[in-house]
Amino acid sequence: MAEYKLELKGVCKSFPGVKALDGVNLSVRPGTVHALMGENGAGKSTLMKCLFGIYKMDEGKIFLDGQETTIKDPDDAMEKGIAMVHQELQPVLARSVAENMYLGRFPTHNYGPLKVIDHKKMNEETSRWLSELGLDYDPKALLSTLSIGQMQMVEIAKAVSHEAKVIIFDEPTSSLSDKEVDFLFKVMNDLRDKGVSMIYISHKMDEIKRISDDITIMRDGTYVGTWRASELTTDEIIAKMVGRELTNIYPEHNHEIGEVVMECENITSIHEKSFRGVSFNLRKGEILGFGGLVGAQRTELMEGIFGIRHLAAGTVKIHGKEVTIKKPADAMAAGIGMITEDRRGSGIVGCLSIKDNVGISVYNKFLKSGFVLDHPSINKVVNDSIDKLSIKTPSMNEQIQNLSGGNQQKVIVARWLANDPDILVMDEPTRGIDVGAKHEIYEIMEDLAKEGKAIIMISSEMPELLGMADRICVMCDGKLTGEISAKEDMTQEKVMSYATMF
Amino acid sequence: MAKTKNQKIADFLINNGVIIVMIILVIYTGLTSKNFFTPNNFLNLFANMSYRLVIALGIAGCVITGGCDLSAGRMIGFAACVAGTLLQKIDYSGKFYPGMAPLNPFLVLLIVMLINACFGAVTGSFIAYLHVPPFISTLAMMEIIYGIGLIYTGATPLGGYITSYTAFSSGKFLGVSWLIWIALLVAAITWFIFNMTRHGKYMYAIGGNVQAAEVAGVPVQKTMVIIYAKAAAFYALAGFMLGAKAGGASINTGLGYEMEAIAACALGGVSVTGGRGKVSSAFIGVAVLELLKVALQFLGVDANAQYIAIGIVIFVAISLDIRKYVAKK
Repeated sequence: MAEYKLELKGVCKSFPGVKALDGVNLSVRPGTVHALMGENGAGKSTLMKCLFGIYKMDEGKIFLDGQETTIKDPDDAMEKGIAMVHQELQPVLARSVAENMYLGRFPTHNYGPLKVIDHKKMNEETSRWLSELGLDYDPKALLSTLSIGQMQMVEIAKAVSHEAKVIIFDEPTSSLSDKEVDFLFKVMNDLRDKGVSMIYISHKMDEIKRISDDITIMRDGTYVGTWRASELTTDEIIAKMVGRELTNIYPEHNHEIGEVVMECENITSIHEKSFRGVSFNLRKGEILGFGGLVGAQRTELMEGIFGIRHLAAGTVKIHGKEVTIKKPADAMAAGIGMITEDRRGSGIVGCLSIKDNVGISVYNKFLKSGFVLDHPSINKVVNDSIDKLSIKTPSMNEQIQNLSGGNQQKVIVARWLANDPDILVMDEPTRGIDVGAKHEIYEIMEDLAKEGKAIIMISSEMPELLGMADRICVMCDGKLTGEISAKEDMTQEKVMSYATMF
Repeated sequence: MAKTKNQKIADFLINNGVIIVMIILVIYTGLTSKNFFTPNNFLNLFANMSYRLVIALGIAGCVITGGCDLSAGRMIGFAACVAGTLLQKIDYSGKFYPGMAPLNPFLVLLIVMLINACFGAVTGSFIAYLHVPPFISTLAMMEIIYGIGLIYTGATPLGGYITSYTAFSSGKFLGVSWLIWIALLVAAITWFIFNMTRHGKYMYAIGGNVQAAEVAGVPVQKTMVIIYAKAAAFYALAGFMLGAKAGGASINTGLGYEMEAIAACALGGVSVTGGRGKVSSAFIGVAVLELLKVALQFLGVDANAQYIAIGIVIFVAISLDIRKYVAKK
């Protein structure tokens, strides 16, 4: 038997403009749980997608049981005994457990060319696989009647039913309760005893220590190294995950921080697993960073404050006065603006012009005789923004979808400048834009702070967070786990340790 | 990337394919049938286009927000009937309200537009506040309004209108029927609403990306209600015009016009996925459909076969139109 069940060697993968993976190795021993760790954007998911045949790797080799092989697509991967439990479940909620397990490979009775689905066999097989994992769900139950944790179990049963020898778990516990996690680990231990190899992606340190045999750490798309789990302490893992040089593309901080403009208290979502009991305040001319891992509910929290999501509890005071925010228009009336994370989904209106994209939030301020749009004034505002933010475009009538990501983002910034809020929430303000445009966005943020605007910046990029923020709030699993005010305390290690305080 | 001259010509032909084919068809018809290019024929054509344009302009608002309105046809019939019952000659034998003096036609127009707008607001509220998909909401309203119309009229056709009502169709200003002037006025008002008011800009933003619109502070729900109410008022006007033109109305007046109007919008370039569309789009769409009908009639094509021709034109035109947007990504 080969030393390694599965080996990836020198995997490289580029996307337009980014090298996502650069010579990554992964060696998984038979019958072990192998943790794959790294910060947001370190390339863990990309690597798994390459292994599973969702992406095609540019360079690199895959060895299964010591034999070199290639994987064309997910079907091919499953045929070769590799299964994946995805982070984002994609179940067919309106169909039964059994149908979900056997989707795409339904057992059939064959009557010549006519194939009829063998429901009896499908249900029996499903029961058998489920009971193998110690589960007693009804195969005929609709998937929508199961909890998220139970759906996850069905997904795992599906992987097991493929008789997979390698199972990839991409952050399976992010939506599970403690009890469900215990159960998942029991199942994983059983699988390990049966000789199945598992690749386990998670940010939760205690889980890694509990379940994994080996740990491979990645950073910025590169391979850092592989260790026995027992060899590393939590602090060492964090240090290896973040150990990078900070490059200085951030403007100098020259803005003055003034009085408190916003106080948020006990902000709590209507969803149990989302943000809860978060309190913080924000000062005039301050850039307040919100750090944390993906899934820490930072976006959800800010969208809750801005009126996009529902709150179960919490008060927001602006300039000492309590405000009720039920929808974004209320937040805007209170002087809050928000640049959302998902620029395509909730930022730009792709088929409209730059002018209309800036205008939609301020058209009610530019009216003649109460209802006729004052086009000349609007044109002036839009053209001024195009100059001020150096938005590269032939004209303000250009459709926004024809601009680059950085320029689109600047148009959204222009929208909020035209609206002139006191408080601006910027959720991942530089996601998906190139370095040059990033720098320009940072300068704009610095200018806004100088003008006395208060800025909340959610960022999953550690250097950006440390480089731009005057103060950092760190969230983990829906709770505020730490606040770092002193400049000398702002280190990657500190942020990371708060961010993993599950 | 610079495009070569040939590519540009090809793009132009594809982007304007339907219009080009229409122009060729019209010229061919004009050359082969001698009565085609006559003022009378075209005035008749414009009169037929007039109320169709009003309907299409109403429905365009719904389509631009990514919706549709299946209740249009029944709303037209309902409004035509209500208007009819209030505008019959006092001495007409089959009078709906015996002995009642006919009202002022302008007052009646206002009444039917208001009634319809209320029904439209109900449809819009279900769409905006309760998130019932437009297809289903307007389907429900289609049934309701038909039922109310049947109960109100007892399914009897109406006629015997006062001349000040039928004059909306027969009367002329500068040699052109009032119906055409009304349609032009409605087109101008709609252009103004689409381009010069907040409401119009909000409508495009909602159609383009409703989440982004909401985050930008657009009053999405209120805007949706207004769009469906306004559209319903337009249908009332169209029903009123149809009644004047036909000199009578029944509950089936306007039946099927909603589909024709949606087809016209799509043909003219109102994107059925939302966010795009102009007044000129509705005009072009209505013109293409009407010209096609008339030209085929002049060419002696079987009236029943014309439906097939219209279907083919819709297939081809929309395939070309969608191609424009897909290619851009």
